[in-house]
Amino acid sequence: MQVTENKAFKPLIVAFCCNWCSYAGADLAGTSRLTYPADVKIIRVPCSCRVNPLFILRAFQRGADGVIICGCHPGDCHYTTGNYYARRRMTTLFSMLDYLGIERARTRVEWVSAAEGVKFASVMNDFVKTVTELGENVKLGDLRCKESL
Amino acid sequence: MQRIGVFVCWCGSNIAATVDVQAVAEAMKREPGVVYAANYQYMCSEGGQKLISDAIHEYNLTGVVICSCSPRMHEATFRKTAQRAGLNPYMVEIANIREHCSWIHKDKAEATEKAIILARTAVAKVQLNAPLTPGESPVTKRALVIGGGIAGIQTALDIADAGFEVDIVEKTPTIGGRMAQLDKTFPTLDCAACILTPKMVDAAQNEKIDLLTYSEVESVSGFVGNFTVKIRKKARYVDSTKCTGCGACTEKCPSRKGLNEFNMGLNTRGAIYIPFAQAIPNVATIDPTQCLKLKSGKCGLCEKICSAKAIDYTQKDEIIERQYGAIVAATGFKPIDASKYDEYGYSDNPDVVTSLEFERLMNAAGPNKGVLLRPSDKQHPHDIVFIQCVGSRCDDHRGKSYCSKICCMYTAKHAMLVREKYPDTNVHVFYIDVRTPGKNFDEFYRRAVEQYGVEYIKGMVGKVWKNGDKLMVQGSDLLNGEQLLLETDMVVLATAIEPDPSARSVATMLTASMDTNDFFTEAHAKLRPVESPTAGVFLSGTCQGPKDVPETVAQASAAASKVIGLLSKDKMITNPCVAQSNELLCNGCSTCERVCPYGAITYVDKEVRGPEVRGVKRVAQVNPAVCQGCGACTVSCPSGAMDLKGFTNREIMAEVDAICK
Amino acid sequence: MLNVAREKLASGEVKRVLGWEKGEFWYDLTPAFFETEESLNGFVYNGFSGANLSKYLIKARDWEGKTLVFLKPCDTLSFNQLLTEHRIDREKVYVVGAGCKGMLDYNKMKKLGIRKEADVTDRQAVLLGKCLACKGKTFYAFDEVIDDEEAQKPIEVEDRFNEVKKIEALSPEERFAFWRSQLSKCIRCNACRNVCPACSCVKCVFDNPNSGVASKANPDDFEENLFHIIRAFHVAGRCTDCGECSRVCPQGIPLHLLNRKFIKDIDELYGDYQAGLEPGSRAPLVNFDKNDPDPKIVMERGENA
Repeated sequence: MQVTENKAFKPLIVAFCCNWCSYAGADLAGTSRLTYPADVKIIRVPCSCRVNPLFILRAFQRGADGVIICGCHPGDCHYTTGNYYARRRMTTLFSMLDYLGIERARTRVEWVSAAEGVKFASVMNDFVKTVTELGENVKLGDLRCKESL
Repeated sequence: MQRIGVFVCWCGSNIAATVDVQAVAEAMKREPGVVYAANYQYMCSEGGQKLISDAIHEYNLTGVVICSCSPRMHEATFRKTAQRAGLNPYMVEIANIREHCSWIHKDKAEATEKAIILARTAVAKVQLNAPLTPGESPVTKRALVIGGGIAGIQTALDIADAGFEVDIVEKTPTIGGRMAQLDKTFPTLDCAACILTPKMVDAAQNEKIDLLTYSEVESVSGFVGNFTVKIRKKARYVDSTKCTGCGACTEKCPSRKGLNEFNMGLNTRGAIYIPFAQAIPNVATIDPTQCLKLKSGKCGLCEKICSAKAIDYTQKDEIIERQYGAIVAATGFKPIDASKYDEYGYSDNPDVVTSLEFERLMNAAGPNKGVLLRPSDKQHPHDIVFIQCVGSRCDDHRGKSYCSKICCMYTAKHAMLVREKYPDTNVHVFYIDVRTPGKNFDEFYRRAVEQYGVEYIKGMVGKVWKNGDKLMVQGSDLLNGEQLLLETDMVVLATAIEPDPSARSVATMLTASMDTNDFFTEAHAKLRPVESPTAGVFLSGTCQGPKDVPETVAQASAAASKVIGLLSKDKMITNPCVAQSNELLCNGCSTCERVCPYGAITYVDKEVRGPEVRGVKRVAQVNPAVCQGCGACTVSCPSGAMDLKGFTNREIMAEVDAICK
Repeated sequence: MLNVAREKLASGEVKRVLGWEKGEFWYDLTPAFFETEESLNGFVYNGFSGANLSKYLIKARDWEGKTLVFLKPCDTLSFNQLLTEHRIDREKVYVVGAGCKGMLDYNKMKKLGIRKEADVTDRQAVLLGKCLACKGKTFYAFDEVIDDEEAQKPIEVEDRFNEVKKIEALSPEERFAFWRSQLSKCIRCNACRNVCPACSCVKCVFDNPNSGVASKANPDDFEENLFHIIRAFHVAGRCTDCGECSRVCPQGIPLHLLNRKFIKDIDELYGDYQAGLEPGSRAPLVNFDKNDPDPKIVMERGENA
């Protein structure tokens, strides 16, 4: 296990954004020239309900330090019900990760509408700050310790 | 391995000022599969597009990545460019290096590094992209309108006018809806019947329109262009082809206890009835809950006196099935139940009425033939208090949080009509705000105040109670800062309006979404206000939100034009980014079917052959014309049999990998 | 029980019987199909018939004729869940409810020096882990029941979530250490997956070279690390808590504590739900309520703890 200096630490954040609200909210943040750290990389999905837990775990496995899922506000889903399913899936999955001892602050769900460019930027700023404080994610990549115990 | 071309746009200085576009293009040349990379000032310009199409030809590109502005901006543009150059448009991916990069980062090195990662991610996705072809599905050239009020009538008339067949399903025995109950309409004060009934006649006489009154939608299946609808034609116990509407039966019927719905229950009607004189169709209907013959077998008087031999006590509900290309919800509204507001004494005092009841009391075809009399003692009222916002703009559980929008105007109308017809009657109106945006609306309200001497009091009423043959009204006058105690003869409550209770089941059948108030939701609140998010379902009138008559008619025509646009197509082009089930992997468990908001997934028993499977299996099938591509099913599927074209599991994981490299 | 099986086979009403037979060791009973009356001589039902037979009915669906199956009370929940998921054809199964006194854990017996079932005096002390969370003696699906007073006696159970709560009460570091020590024992023998009635995919994503997560095609350690999380997630809301995963794990990993965590969360967040209780019911993770709590509750609960 490597110990990294937190000072120079730049987290790797994967953000899944639904096409209709949050991706557009991110676009609006851009149009409004609202800054947030370049550590955030966005993947466009049609709906928050398209986000498979496999994608999240894979991101962590491949070295992501935080994963955030953004969707339309409950009740405003472009597909009417998608984010309601996503809400249950992500709540239970995150609770499970917490149960396994993964810092729960590395995972987050935020509802960001297409009009909320300001919210998008502030959510990302806050998430990056939180994950930076947590430091590098080593737990998930190393859950099954290869060395003998 | 794909042959990928990467095109990095400067967007003038929008991107190039913060991102080293040259470096991004150079870096992409080193990515696997990339055979060409270039940068250009404006990729979306004609020159830029030519650069792309030339490269597609010259380098035999099988995939294209554009590093530019948001795909929400120019994805369609670049897909068309690729298509023109002979490349499948779904082999194009956009790396958003403007909104998600150059515009939000200041440090050039940092922004360039991020742009390279975003470009690399798009390249990784294109590696796995497959050409997609939009599907086609035929369109049944017939529309269904659910609800026969002014909204439904106008929509149907416009659709029929364009030459398409259209059916109106109306649950009551006549079309006309709420507007038929109104006395006069603001701000012109023309009589509602005078402008509505000719439209009702038009609808009845139009060869393209089939009126299915006293009918309800039973079930809806299918999808845009291809709906199959079962409609229950409720038994009228009257053969409508024989009934002449003479009304003899309605006068002679000995059962007189049924409340007259048309007059808001202010008087009664026979068990056999015609809702009102201009009803369409003008045929009698027997109310089975009131008819002595149907309840006890004794009577049969109407059958004896009907010279047309139209009465048929053995009639049964009939279910008919029809195909439609488009469905319009026009289910309308109803006033909320005023008895929830005990403080106004509605339940206990017949002289406390709702505004719609007041319309009937004022109407020439109403219970008092148009003479305004107090319901309790049939005396002429000399003083009337109107209370606005009863249940509107109300946060408690009894009322509605929204403004019902029409009450300010109809209350001004009522007040004005009373003052005009009965100058000896004093009129007070309690209000929170008077909201009169609309053409000639504020002028109308000011006329009520300035010319007709209606006394407007800013404040709410706390309590109404009976005192002898008078009603006492306790309220506050906020402008003068005093408590008022008024003695009056009648109180009229401007009750909030809410969606008709039938709307909920209609929405469920249509898989159309509703808001928390049970108003239908629009596909887009601003840009697609007459379409439901469910393709092929359109919204007309107050089922979408409170509105007055002119707004309703405007929206009804707008919905009709959307329907006409749909029905004039022979075929629908469908979005190719839809779910697809791998039958070899499918467990047949029906989980995906449960989460699909569109009913796009069905299960069939099918002969399946593969390396490890053989034989008849229960498998999921996606109807690509119905699927909207949300992907809810893909995550619910444990075996991974369900995947979403254009956003496949492998594509998304490749993006994750590319970001986390 | 044998008589019922024999009669039904003889009359031709059923084509085969699904029960238990002796495995490699006398205490190691294993599921078996019996097609003839003679073969039924090998049928055994005793304290080691812990195996939940409902999953084996999936393959019987494609076979000709009816199958008679013996199901213990808790097994009938799995049976119903499989019915809900259309994996079993109810018409092709004759369910005999088999009364259950609680199944035995040979390892516990061995420690106490007990060598056969007849010598067990304190049954509670040697019950299988899963039976200590016995869900009662009700059969939720059956065509007939063979039961006796002894089998109907309830088993003493403690709150099945106690162990989960204990883990929840640990610090994140302790939880991580606990699970790492447990999951690192995994040898990926897939026994948990193969026995699980909810893990009944035609092809598991972890075996599918095209899924992008199978180990054969992608020789990375993702699959090994996260197999159990995804497995638990895939069965979340569908798991009846039958406990077979932990029973068969050769490494003794308490896998049921993953499943129970999901069950506990679902119960707390979305209302009590027992998979398999009502055939046709909608599993909580393919359902929603508009007023469901926000995922932030995971953070908040953590902070309050």
